Amino acid sequence: MSARLPSGGSRINRRKKIDFQFNGRRLKGLEGDTVASALLANDELLVGRSFKYHRPRGIYGSGEDEPNALMGIGEEGNFEPNVRATDIQLRENLVVKSQNHWPSLSMDFLSINNLLSRFFSAGFYYKTFIRPRFAWKYIFEPIIRRSAGLGNAPTQEDVEKYEHVHFETDILVVGAGIAGITAAKSFQDTGLSVLLCEKDSEFGGRLVSDSDELEREINHQVLKKNLETLKSCENVSVKLNTCVTGVFDHGYVLAIEEKSGETNSPQKILWKIRAKKIVLCSGAFERPIVFPDNDIPGIMLASAVRDYIEFYGVLIGDRVVLTTNNDDAYKTALKLKENGINVPAILDARKSASSNLVKKVKEEGIKVLFGKCIGRVEGKKRVESIGVCAVNGQGSIEDTIQCNGVAVSGGWVPNANLWSHCGGKLEWDKKNGFYKPDHNKSSIGHDGEPNMIALGSCSGVFTNFEIQDQVPRKINQLLMGMKIKSKRSFEKNPFRKEQFSADIPVFILPHGAGKDIEKRMFVDFQNDVKVTDINLAALEGYESIEHAKRYTTLGMATDQGKTSNINGINILSKYLGRPVEEIGHTTFRPPYKPIPLGVIAGQYSNKLFKPTRKTPIDAWSETNNAKWEPVGDWRRAYAYPQENETISQTLTREVLNVRNNVGLLDSSTLGKVLVKGPDAAKFLDLIYTNKMSTLPVGKCRYGLMCTEAGFVFDDGVVARLTDDTFLCHTTSGGSDRVYAWFEEWLQTEWFDFEVYVSNLTEQYSQINVVGPNSRKLLKRLKGISLLDSKLPFMHFAEGFLDRIWVRVYRISFSGELSYELAVKSNDAAVLWEKLINLGNDFKVEPYGTEALHILRAEKGFIVVGDETDGTVTPQDLGMNWIVSKKKEDFIGKKALNLPFLNKKNRKQLVGILTLDEKFVLPDGCHAVEDGRPIGHVTSTYFSPTLSRSIALGLIEEGHSRIGSTIEFSVSKTESAFGKLVDPVFYDKEGKKQDV
Amino acid sequence: MLHIYCPICERYCDETELVCGGEAHIIRKDVTNNDQEFYDYLYARKNFKGVTFERWRHLFGCGKWFHVSRCTINNQVFGSYSIRDSRPPKSLLTKIKRLRVDFKGWIK
Repeated sequence: MSARLPSGGSRINRRKKIDFQFNGRRLKGLEGDTVASALLANDELLVGRSFKYHRPRGIYGSGEDEPNALMGIGEEGNFEPNVRATDIQLRENLVVKSQNHWPSLSMDFLSINNLLSRFFSAGFYYKTFIRPRFAWKYIFEPIIRRSAGLGNAPTQEDVEKYEHVHFETDILVVGAGIAGITAAKSFQDTGLSVLLCEKDSEFGGRLVSDSDELEREINHQVLKKNLETLKSCENVSVKLNTCVTGVFDHGYVLAIEEKSGETNSPQKILWKIRAKKIVLCSGAFERPIVFPDNDIPGIMLASAVRDYIEFYGVLIGDRVVLTTNNDDAYKTALKLKENGINVPAILDARKSASSNLVKKVKEEGIKVLFGKCIGRVEGKKRVESIGVCAVNGQGSIEDTIQCNGVAVSGGWVPNANLWSHCGGKLEWDKKNGFYKPDHNKSSIGHDGEPNMIALGSCSGVFTNFEIQDQVPRKINQLLMGMKIKSKRSFEKNPFRKEQFSADIPVFILPHGAGKDIEKRMFVDFQNDVKVTDINLAALEGYESIEHAKRYTTLGMATDQGKTSNINGINILSKYLGRPVEEIGHTTFRPPYKPIPLGVIAGQYSNKLFKPTRKTPIDAWSETNNAKWEPVGDWRRAYAYPQENETISQTLTREVLNVRNNVGLLDSSTLGKVLVKGPDAAKFLDLIYTNKMSTLPVGKCRYGLMCTEAGFVFDDGVVARLTDDTFLCHTTSGGSDRVYAWFEEWLQTEWFDFEVYVSNLTEQYSQINVVGPNSRKLLKRLKGISLLDSKLPFMHFAEGFLDRIWVRVYRISFSGELSYELAVKSNDAAVLWEKLINLGNDFKVEPYGTEALHILRAEKGFIVVGDETDGTVTPQDLGMNWIVSKKKEDFIGKKALNLPFLNKKNRKQLVGILTLDEKFVLPDGCHAVEDGRPIGHVTSTYFSPTLSRSIALGLIEEGHSRIGSTIEFSVSKTESAFGKLVDPVFYDKEGKKQDV
Repeated sequence: MLHIYCPICERYCDETELVCGGEAHIIRKDVTNNDQEFYDYLYARKNFKGVTFERWRHLFGCGKWFHVSRCTINNQVFGSYSIRDSRPPKSLLTKIKRLRVDFKGWIK
């Protein structure tokens, strides 16, 4: 049974107990515990069910490599699924739930999958669930989704706070073990800025915790001294609890800082770091050995067994057997012994070993069995005993040892994930049996120079002595490459040379295991991949590791195969009969460990996700019951319903009020781009299809812009303010696009033109005063004369209205007498309220964008984006009149003359009058002829003015079809018929705009 | 996240500050050109694998366009130069040749 020792544990505070809940039961942990150590202290060996077979699983590691102990943490808005129990700090009243079982963890009905496991081999989805077809959607998929999988997605909004921090540094050191600390220290006096990130809450990595009694004091002193030096380095900043999770192009690095304690400040911070050079000191992972029944709770990595004793004073069991192929695991035996724990035997896969460590273990009286390994594990939800067998045999059990814990070690493997995130390659180290960073093939910076070096155990250098030798040397080389002189001299190596017996890389044991034993060996715990699955993949022709990975799911999911990749690759190599270096490895991808989506969103959620653009009149509309619609990034008032009105009643009232009285529209969102300079007229002649250079000062002209391909791009009214100044109005959604378009042509093509452009969209707000009463209404404000003789149609005037500066455009998008008042945005709200309150007798009322659209559709005016979709030419719209024949050149001129853009059968803009006057065609519905689509509806409304349905559409050969009736497909079964007419439905002569 | 030098701001910028405007040094065609030449101007791009010349704009910065030479295989950036240059500067081409043996020179 696992339990807390009476003393020890460098990270816990034994005086401070912490209550928490596991699967509804109240348990106690200590301050400083992780969820994993607290569960072990409470003898909770069984912490989860496996992905596919629902086998009982226990805590296997002590860090982010943990494959089994995935938990749902927290409740409601704080809930986070799939969190590694080893990776989360215990908090007061934390709610922890295990995952993937039904109905409960200890009695999981779905573990029937385990009995059916021979049907669930690699690729079983593809082989099994083929016929009948309908069953996939209605039977197979729902069952599989229930039984396979990880935690559930949160159902409530995340209440946690997150933040982003941007940071630039010359050097980023990843990992503050002995290698990282030594590396950071080596940059002293170089003038380079250094950031040292450590995922753990403490410095030193395994330096102190892994040292024996003799070394402990020395190592502790070395660490202390190094940290003091680091503190004195003004150029070095240090971040603890900050895990680097991704390396991207040109030294862009993401790291997550986890804060605990302060509740009102962000708990997780995303660091966006740009580093010139990255020094990777990310350490190593312990690799397990694959043996039969290796997934039963109570089996744990040897280093994790040590960690739980060292940091938390927690034991996996009181009779622990070790199985290993290397000296390092002997440290676990010593640590157990030190704490009075019985170690019945060490099963060492090697023939012999005689290093000091091995000798010392023997001296302690621990039985070491060379050439032996585990052939069987008894016990269901916890280990009860193991069967010993010969390494080279087929797995016959020679002896049985009673135990309640097994520590396993297959040696250490460089943690090179970050090295290969951004193109760095790995090389196969045959002697040690692992992949390590290939320093000739690292990722590069923008200058093409290597921007990463790996030091310490992540580079395959494991002993303190060797690390202390390697790090300063390599840093010096790096500095020389950067042409930076370092004044420092090398220090004396404080560590003593260690002597190790050679490891023989072993991956699965016993070597002669047959298929019936191999099917009890798990390679990837998180995905339930067995040795037999990899064998099957090899048999079925999956020769590439990338394909075998996808077929068997080896190395996928949240742990990304941290404990399983190397074993999996070697097993595949064995079955394919090809060397490992030929097979290669799968690609490590960011993030290094799972990160909550909330961290990526940072503070940019809800209101800050995409701030809404609001006009100065927005507040008035808000208090006057506006219904909103999004237009580009803006929100605009769609309509202003009065009490007890349906929306269609509102629209009818608003439209008729404009036609009969006077309406006010907030058109501030209209794009406004100022074009100024001696060549402004010449420039606009090239931009617009029609001529702008002939526009007199004081007048307005409607203009159309095309792309080079001849398609309509944007439109709007251009006003010539002075001889060399034009104000170009654009569509509401198009102002940024048009402004960028102007800049692009001026900077890249016509850079000899003397022209400046400036986007003034938000500098001016605009109020449209529209309807037969508009002039009468405006006359009540003292100021500029609006007499027809002073301000005729398509002219503008500047001056004051009731002491507010305005530019009044006499233009109309509704067909009515209309004045558009541009004011400085600060004055817009004041002027709007003045106008609204000015003329109850004239029946002045606001109207929204939907009424605006109905009014323009009645007049047959196009809207870019409704009547056009990027494939429509001016000819298609019946607007040949606006395409200059005289101009030598403008954007789109060549294309508009191409024969295929002038073909007779192009879709052309027409008006549509449904035969059933009350029936409004659905927007976008297709026109059909002999079952073939020949066009579609682009705008469709019930016209209050004409009190009938109207629509605009793009129909093949539309212009020559005018007068004929065609069919519109309304739904799968229904059709409607409409007569094609001229698109101008109302006031064809255009008399109303001049009343 | 590329790190690209803006010659106007005289500093390196994150890719998110910039927009890429595609292949550089495309000469505008108009009514005086034949249909094939015009088609090539609109649509035919080299899509070159290796050292390329591109237009970039420092959109969330100075707003200016400039030219960049970049390798599409490993994202190495060789240099930035004025948008007004109708061909890459000689000094840049020499530098690229020095850095990259596979570079055969700029093709118009």
